[in-house]
Amino acid sequence: MDSIMNPFSSSTRLRDLIRAVRACKTAAEERAAIRKECASIRAAISENDQDYRHRNLAKLMFIHMLGYPTHFGQMECLKLIASPGFPEKRIGYLGLMLLLDERQEVLMLVTNSIKQDLNHTNQYIVGLALCALGNICSAEMARDLAPEVERLLQFRDPNIRKKAALCTIRIIKKVPDLAENFINPAVALLKEKHHGVLLTGVQLCMDMCKVSTEALEHFRKNCIGILVKVLKDLANSSYAPEYEISGISDPFLHIRLLKLLRELGQGDPDASDNMNDILAQVATKTESNKNTGNAILYECVATIMSLEDNSGLRVLAVNILGRFLSSRDNNIRYVALNMLMKAIILDSQAVQRHRATILECVKDSDASIRKRALELVYLLINESNVKSLTKELVDYLEVCDPEFKGELSTKICSIVEKFSPEKIWYIDQMLKVLSEAGNYVKDEVWHALIVVITNASNLHGYTVRSLYKTVQTACEQETLARVAVWCIGEYGELLVSNVGMLGVEDPVTVTEVDAVDVVETVIQRHSADLTTRAMCLIALLKLSSRFPSCSKRINDIVIHQKGSLVLELQQRAIEFNSIIEKHGRIRSALVERMPVLDEATYSGRRAGSVPPAFSTSQGVPSKIPKGVAKPTSAPLVDLLDLSSDEIPGPSSSDGAFLQDLLGVDLSSSSQGTNRTPNNGTDVLLDLLSIGTPPSQSQSDSSPFDILQSGKDNKTSVTVLDNLASNSAPSAKTFSPAGSSSMMDLLDGFGPSSSAPETNGPSYPSIVAFESSSLKLTFNFSKEPGNLQSTLIEAEFMNKSPDIYSNFVFQTAVPKFLQLHLDPASSSSLPASGNGSITQKLRVSNSQHGKKPLVMRIRINYKVNGKDVLEEGQINNFPHEL
Amino acid sequence: MIRGVIIMNDQGKPRLVKFYEFQPVEKQQELIRSIYRILCSRAENVSNFVKVDSLCGKDVRLVYKTYATLYVVFIFDNSENELAMLDLMQVFVETMDRCFSNVCELDVVFNFNKMHTILDEIILGGQVLETNSSEIVKVGKTFKFKHSRIINFWLAGSVAAV
Repeated sequence: MDSIMNPFSSSTRLRDLIRAVRACKTAAEERAAIRKECASIRAAISENDQDYRHRNLAKLMFIHMLGYPTHFGQMECLKLIASPGFPEKRIGYLGLMLLLDERQEVLMLVTNSIKQDLNHTNQYIVGLALCALGNICSAEMARDLAPEVERLLQFRDPNIRKKAALCTIRIIKKVPDLAENFINPAVALLKEKHHGVLLTGVQLCMDMCKVSTEALEHFRKNCIGILVKVLKDLANSSYAPEYEISGISDPFLHIRLLKLLRELGQGDPDASDNMNDILAQVATKTESNKNTGNAILYECVATIMSLEDNSGLRVLAVNILGRFLSSRDNNIRYVALNMLMKAIILDSQAVQRHRATILECVKDSDASIRKRALELVYLLINESNVKSLTKELVDYLEVCDPEFKGELSTKICSIVEKFSPEKIWYIDQMLKVLSEAGNYVKDEVWHALIVVITNASNLHGYTVRSLYKTVQTACEQETLARVAVWCIGEYGELLVSNVGMLGVEDPVTVTEVDAVDVVETVIQRHSADLTTRAMCLIALLKLSSRFPSCSKRINDIVIHQKGSLVLELQQRAIEFNSIIEKHGRIRSALVERMPVLDEATYSGRRAGSVPPAFSTSQGVPSKIPKGVAKPTSAPLVDLLDLSSDEIPGPSSSDGAFLQDLLGVDLSSSSQGTNRTPNNGTDVLLDLLSIGTPPSQSQSDSSPFDILQSGKDNKTSVTVLDNLASNSAPSAKTFSPAGSSSMMDLLDGFGPSSSAPETNGPSYPSIVAFESSSLKLTFNFSKEPGNLQSTLIEAEFMNKSPDIYSNFVFQTAVPKFLQLHLDPASSSSLPASGNGSITQKLRVSNSQHGKKPLVMRIRINYKVNGKDVLEEGQINNFPHEL
Repeated sequence: MIRGVIIMNDQGKPRLVKFYEFQPVEKQQELIRSIYRILCSRAENVSNFVKVDSLCGKDVRLVYKTYATLYVVFIFDNSENELAMLDLMQVFVETMDRCFSNVCELDVVFNFNKMHTILDEIILGGQVLETNSSEIVKVGKTFKFKHSRIINFWLAGSVAAV
């Protein structure tokens, strides 16, 4: 090997260097080889080696292409350019274009050499200089060399003229002021016969129009005639066979001419008028069976589209695009779709006519074409064609590639939501989408569907029956299963009784057992995720009340879930099991049908920035509780608006106000504890519906009554006890105050409650709330070393002569606070200040020092057999808390 | 305007790199690598156009074609007609073919500076200069291109050794 030649001696030829680099097996070897070669080139440069200068520069260009630094060779370019021979100059200019940057100082030094070469007697050397100038010219060079280039525009050899024309483009781009000097020479180029010169001349005019309005006006006035004639000659004859590409004479010139005409005709009706004939001719006569012809047609369409209105031509243009769409060439379909996107703004009617072809492109095998076609279809949809187009898309959804289903289903959903003429159609379409691509749709989609379903009260029966039928065949589609389970839970009785049959429906016979079967199948599917299973449990609980005959069986299914490894499901199962077994009285009230979800609120929330908080798909079990929470929480809003005032950000989501209400910072606690407080929320919320207007809680076993009527106290405590015992066994308390038990329930998840120490710094007591009948005083203390947390002792005094019974104190804090409430000392408050109730609160302020404490309170009690409700806000906390 | 012309092989090795707007060496390499990644992941039966806004700026596209082991790539902005770029690529490849009679990767590798000279006769400063390949070859001949077949012949041995 070595005997041939040492590849790294300074006299290596370029070819040997390339071979040596190619022989390198690793990147490290290559770097070493290049380093060695660079070292020898540097040595040659410092020795001012003349013989191998051009060879070394050629090597440097190769090294540069591979991505290594070559700045040390820049001066060599200048030396070679200054040398007399053509081969040296050629390499020198090549190096100049590749290795140098117009911003580099070195470039200043080359201006003079280029000037000399532009005046050289050898036209090939002139050509080299023009080429280099056209590629790297800087603003200073442009000013210095513009006169030379202008002169060369009239050079005898057309090869020089065309290079000079393109060089001029660079010059006027760098120094737009120079453009006016070139207007007349540019017009002269348009009269040339040589195709190359004509092509570059037209391009020059085009670029002059962009930098100079003066030039644009001049061409508009004087050149449209010439250009139209050139284009006509070109279209009619093939007098330059050497410029022919696939049978079409000089397609590039065609395209450049059409572009220039477009630039000149835009915004000028007269100019546009002059072009109509030739455009029509090009549009109709150009062969369209080859890429070349299509390139011209494509350009012609673009020109027609941007000219002043000529509806006849536009229809012709859109038809050409329509023809492109049925081409077998992917590239042609691709460009046609791009152009149709623009055309639709100008003339959507014309584009509509090609709907069928566009729809075919949605089914293309090329993903980028599919994607564009789908965008286009989306733009084409309006009220009148939405049904037929959606049908096509839904049909295609059944057969399309799995990887396309996500994108396609998203678009269909958005079409259906946007244009749906009626609810039944919306529901039908969504069911189809879910049954085909239920595993691909986003959470928002099925959330929205549920909102629509709840609002379509006359369609509840129809929907639940359709869902029942659909889910039989497409149970593996997660979101479909969720919606089906939800609806069966809510409207199960409509399913079995066939209430509200629509004319279009086939009657179905579904027994209660069948309905429970569906839920059971879903919950037992291995692929069912947490959300689905949790929804199933809720549906089962609801069905246990709706279908008393199945109660036993449902209980068995629920019990089975007690063994679930997922804490969320386990707890739900235990709670529901206890409700089914032990609390038949309250069950029907607990599982009443969901009130109608407000569409406006929902869509408003979707449009706003809130969704991310609850659209994160997996493992957020709080979806159902949230859904349930929504209506029930309405009466609490007054309690809660405090938080929305105080907290920037998405505090309006149900989750956030639950957190506020419960004083538990769900977001910051870990997964496990995060879930647990949520579990209880639907039950809790039911409990909290105390104070809802009577219309909502008329049934006599409503939690309101349970909690309020003294004799039923025992029951309520047991309910709570049951809840408490499985989540926080230590929190057993027999206090009759509902709210405090609730808080106890949550205790287990709050910060560990070590015995409070009261020897911290002292703070003045405040009168937190006072009305004509009641006075509430707060005493504060802090644990030393824990500034964030404050212990509050609330003391209630009765100012009236009557005894207060069933006394319940509730409080809500904004999100930055964490609250936990100890049980009250008593539930009855002696009259006329002859005693008091005390209750301890622990507040932890995560914004300690920045924000003061703030709290909303609500106090319920019974006086003389009448319920009294007092509410207030406490703002006068000492600031240092 | 045409922003650049790249020829690379199916391993992603650059064989001819020309940018009509200055790009530092590192940026050039990065572009080549990203483009190679895009081209590799393209399926067979898809269009030859790729949007590369993210790499080169707004509305910049590239068109590519595979010739044996080589990818030829033209990068251009929205002032150019995509289909015409395909034709121009055809002109370029035809011209190479005429200069090297049946051009192959090795021709491009060992004659990359001659390739530059050919390209400079087709595109100047990002604009189409000439599309008539015989005209281009005529000019190219003045640069005394050696017929590369002989080179190929004696290279065959060394390539086999590699």
